[in-house]
Order: sequence, then C-alpha cells, then structure tokens
Amino acid sequence: MIAPQSQPELRPLGIDGVLVRFARTLTEAANARAIGFCERIKVAEITGVTEVASSLVSVRVGFDPQLTNRTTIEDAIERLLTSEQAADNEPKRLWRIPAAFGPDFAPQLHEVATLVGLTPAQAIAEIEATTVRVIAIGFAPGQPYLGMLPPAWDVPRQSTLTDSLPRGALICAVRQLIVWAADAPTGWRHIGQTAFRVYLPDAPTPFAFEPGDAVQFSAVSDSEFRDIQANTDTNGGATCEVLR
Amino acid sequence: MAELSIISAGNGLTVQDLGRPGWKAQGLSTGGAADPLALLEAASLLGIAPTQAVIEMMGFGGRFSVSEGTRFALTGAAMEADVDGVRILPNTTSFLPAGATLTIGAAKAGVYGYVAFAGGVTTPKIMDSRAAHLTAGIGKRLQAGDTLPLGADPDRMRAPQRLRAEDRFGGGVVRIMPGPQTDFFDQNARDAFTGTTFHRSPRGNRQGIRLDQTGAEFGAKDGLNHVSDLIVLGDIQITGAGVPYVLLAECQTIGGYPRIGSVIPADLPKIAQAAPGTPLQFQFLTLEEADATTQSQAAKLRQLTQLCQPMVRDPHDIADLLRYQLISGATRGDDLEGS
Repeated sequence: MIAPQSQPELRPLGIDGVLVRFARTLTEAANARAIGFCERIKVAEITGVTEVASSLVSVRVGFDPQLTNRTTIEDAIERLLTSEQAADNEPKRLWRIPAAFGPDFAPQLHEVATLVGLTPAQAIAEIEATTVRVIAIGFAPGQPYLGMLPPAWDVPRQSTLTDSLPRGALICAVRQLIVWAADAPTGWRHIGQTAFRVYLPDAPTPFAFEPGDAVQFSAVSDSEFRDIQANTDTNGGATCEVLR
Repeated sequence: MAELSIISAGNGLTVQDLGRPGWKAQGLSTGGAADPLALLEAASLLGIAPTQAVIEMMGFGGRFSVSEGTRFALTGAAMEADVDGVRILPNTTSFLPAGATLTIGAAKAGVYGYVAFAGGVTTPKIMDSRAAHLTAGIGKRLQAGDTLPLGADPDRMRAPQRLRAEDRFGGGVVRIMPGPQTDFFDQNARDAFTGTTFHRSPRGNRQGIRLDQTGAEFGAKDGLNHVSDLIVLGDIQITGAGVPYVLLAECQTIGGYPRIGSVIPADLPKIAQAAPGTPLQFQFLTLEEADATTQSQAAKLRQLTQLCQPMVRDPHDIADLLRYQLISGATRGDDLEGS
C-alpha cells in the first residue's frame, strides 16, 4: 500500500497543453512525482501527445488539437494518475563533474559558507558528499537546477543581481546548485567553477542532462582545473555513468 | 548554389522559420518567427512550403542582392521597399533579378517585416531548424557583408500574386485564455486587468514585450511566493512591480512570476506587431471558446492560399503590374496571363 498522495491539479496551459501540478510548493516528493509522471506519459503512447516536459512540481502534456482534444487528454492523464505507483526515484545516470573552489574560481564561497554556518572547507566537503539530482532544466537551454543540499543551505538569493558569471559557474541558493549555462545576470552566489558545458548546440546530443539525473561534484585544485579547462577534448572532465 | 548578399542591414535582422519545437523539456523554447502568420502569408503568395526560412527584420530592413534571379515576397510589418528604385508593395510577389538591389526601409506599421525568397534561405539546420535563437546562442544577427545560401526558385514564371493581409498592426483587443495561475489573481484584479488599456512599452524584444499603463497595479494574491513553473508562448507574466509582460518566441521555458492568462495563438501576431505606444486591451475567453479558436498551420495556409489573387486579374493593379514588368526584366511576357 503506497502512502496516500495529494490529488494533482489539472489546468490548461495553452490551447495545446494540460499542466499536471503535483504541489504548489517545492518538495523532493512532489519533484519525484513530476519527473516520474513525465516518464510515464512519454511511454504511454497516448494519441496526439506531442511535447512533454517536467518542471519542479509539474508536468506539461502538449497535444495536437488536430489529432485529439483536451477532454480526451485529461481523461488519459486521470487514468494514468489513478494507477500512479510510488515514484520510482532511482537515478538512471550519474554525472561526476570536477569543480574548482579556490579563490580565483569561487568568489562567494566564503560568504555562503558563513551563511550556512560552515567553514569553506566544510562547505566544499558537504557539496562533494551530497549527490544532487536534476530537479528541473530551464531558464537557459540545458541549465540544470540541482537539489537538494542539506537544510542549512536554504540561503536566499541576493537582493542585487551579479551582472555576469562565466559559463560553467557553480552557483547556489535555496538548497540548490546550478551549473550556469551562459553569461547572464543572476541573484545566485558564485561558489565554484566547472568547465562543463550543459548545452552544445552544434553537437549531435546538444543537451547533457535529463531530469532525474544524479550529479556529484569533485573538488580539484585551481591548477588541476586550469589543465581541465585547457583540454578541450573532454567536456570539462565530466563523466557520465549509466546506472540502469 | 545561389547566394543572397546582405549589402546593409538594420540591427534586427535574423534568419527565421517556424522554429524548433520539441526541446522545451531541455529548456529551449520553440523560437522561430515573431509573427508566424507572416511566414504563412509568404508561403501562400509564393506557392512554397511554410517551412522555408526567411529573413526577419525588426523595425528596419536593409539592402539585398541575389546571384540568381528569384521571386520574393514582403510580408508582416509594412516597410517601404524598392528594387533599383521601383517601388515594391507589401503582400505581393515580385521578381529580384540577379545583381539588382532590393532596398527595404523602416517599418511604417508593425514591428517585424519579412522578406521571403521563393527558394528559401538554406543555411545549415541546427536541431532541425534554421531559426536564429539569439538568447539560446543559436545563429546570429545578420550584418553587412554576410552572404547566405538560397535555394533555387522552383517556379520563376509563376504569375505574381497579391494578398490582402490580416491587419494586426494597430493593437486593439487581444483575446486571452485562462492558465494554471489565473486563479492566483482575484476577480477584482482580473477585472482591473481586462478593464485597462495598456500601451506597448519601448522595452520589448523577441523574448517578450512589456505593457505600460498608468492605473493601479495588478498583483497576484500571494505576491512572489510561487514555485517556478513551466511557461508557454503568449503567457502574460505579472512581475513583482505589477508590470505585465507578454512572452514571445524566445521566451524562457520556466518562470517564477505569476501569470494571469495566455494570449491565444491567433492573436499573438497583434502583440508581436504592436509598435511602442500601440494600445492593447485584453479580453478573457472561456477555455471552451479559446480551444475553439485552434487552427492548424496547414488549414491556415489553405485559407490564405484561397485568398491570394493573381495581380493581373484586378484592373486596379495594372499600374503596379507594369512596374513589375519593368523591374523584373526577366519574364517571358506571356506568363502574366496565368498560362
């Protein structure tokens, strides 16, 4: 017997989409349900379903109104929800990504560690020890939201934006990490640096991550990191292990 | 391979098509032409597939020449245009001989103008589309000196066509549908929203446009305490400062601001083509009414194609027809009879 779960809300999202919302606040359980349900919709082969995407707590089921209609899609979603199993939350893949945390590459690590109540060395150790998951992809193409860090890491965003951060920056806020996809302003704090590119538009597989992927960061010295940066044969020294 | 040369360019020129659907889960919005109706109009005029890539021009055109003569059509925003000094009308097909100069000026009505060549721009596809998506780092702004490959005109001798384009350049009432967060706004806020005449702010681009107004703000009940969620083209975000933004082709895929509703696709060209200062009002449709406005691109293209008229059949166009022959210099002389 699985634990009773709250009934998801079905809402229109565009004339060709239905949003299935599992919660109105972010929890790991709601995120796992969203990612799990997204996978089930994709394999359910419902006539007329086009693009399916998950976010932190919801799934949008896109459909082609020429091939089906909203009522039929909502009925199909309801049927799948009725048979919802406890979300299979095991990751399919594990990424290991080197990151530099030295002074040249982590300008706000000290500040964040203080806010979390740790020394910078302890903060690095906690990041290394935590296997985070890709809980959503967005804002910029391929950019992962990674969570969750331990509760003490519930650090708010800065009230002012940092003008620009380099691609690959490891940034942090609200128990989450992001590997920054592009040069753009942000309110999150810069606590490390990877040489990983989450998005390679010209590559046969342009996007690295899938929702649900597991990610571990391994600390390297700044000089090791410069070697990784210089070696363009690999994507930032990252590895991806298929778990199942 | 025929070539299109960009002799000069305004700063909003990009290659566009109908975009690249299928990557929202990876954080990449569909992108493509800001006013996709203009691509369907061009396809119906030229008798080509609507998937052909065109040049999108935001606010201002440029000067162009081709290495092989080709038909072309100007659609979208009304822009002054001529070929070697002979005026070209919008929403008609014309012929650009090799070596002649097509000059396109500023938009007089609307924002996004399009020049479509009958063989299409044939730059390499990235993720199955040629559309520039600048916020995603795909493609680039076109500049003077650029050359682009062009497909051959499949039917150079096809009679010139004209189309009375849907007027969508003066703003007015825009229909919206409820979305997942409409009920985050109470009835008073929704009534105030639909009772307000907004003006398109000077701040806007292919990601979205800002709406200005002078009355009270439209806040959601719970302010900014919303978990970020999936967003779609046409969504109307209300920022923390109570300012509405309508999201366009290059919008993000996830957003944290509450959304009061979503502009239906049929009315999105009105938003994209609203120049700064253009008045815009919003009217809620029920979900059933909104769903009933659905029309496939194929159906729309068939409808437009039926509305196209050979220019030769309308006596009013004879003067323009003569101009057409003067500038082309490449017709057989009998093809205009529709043979």
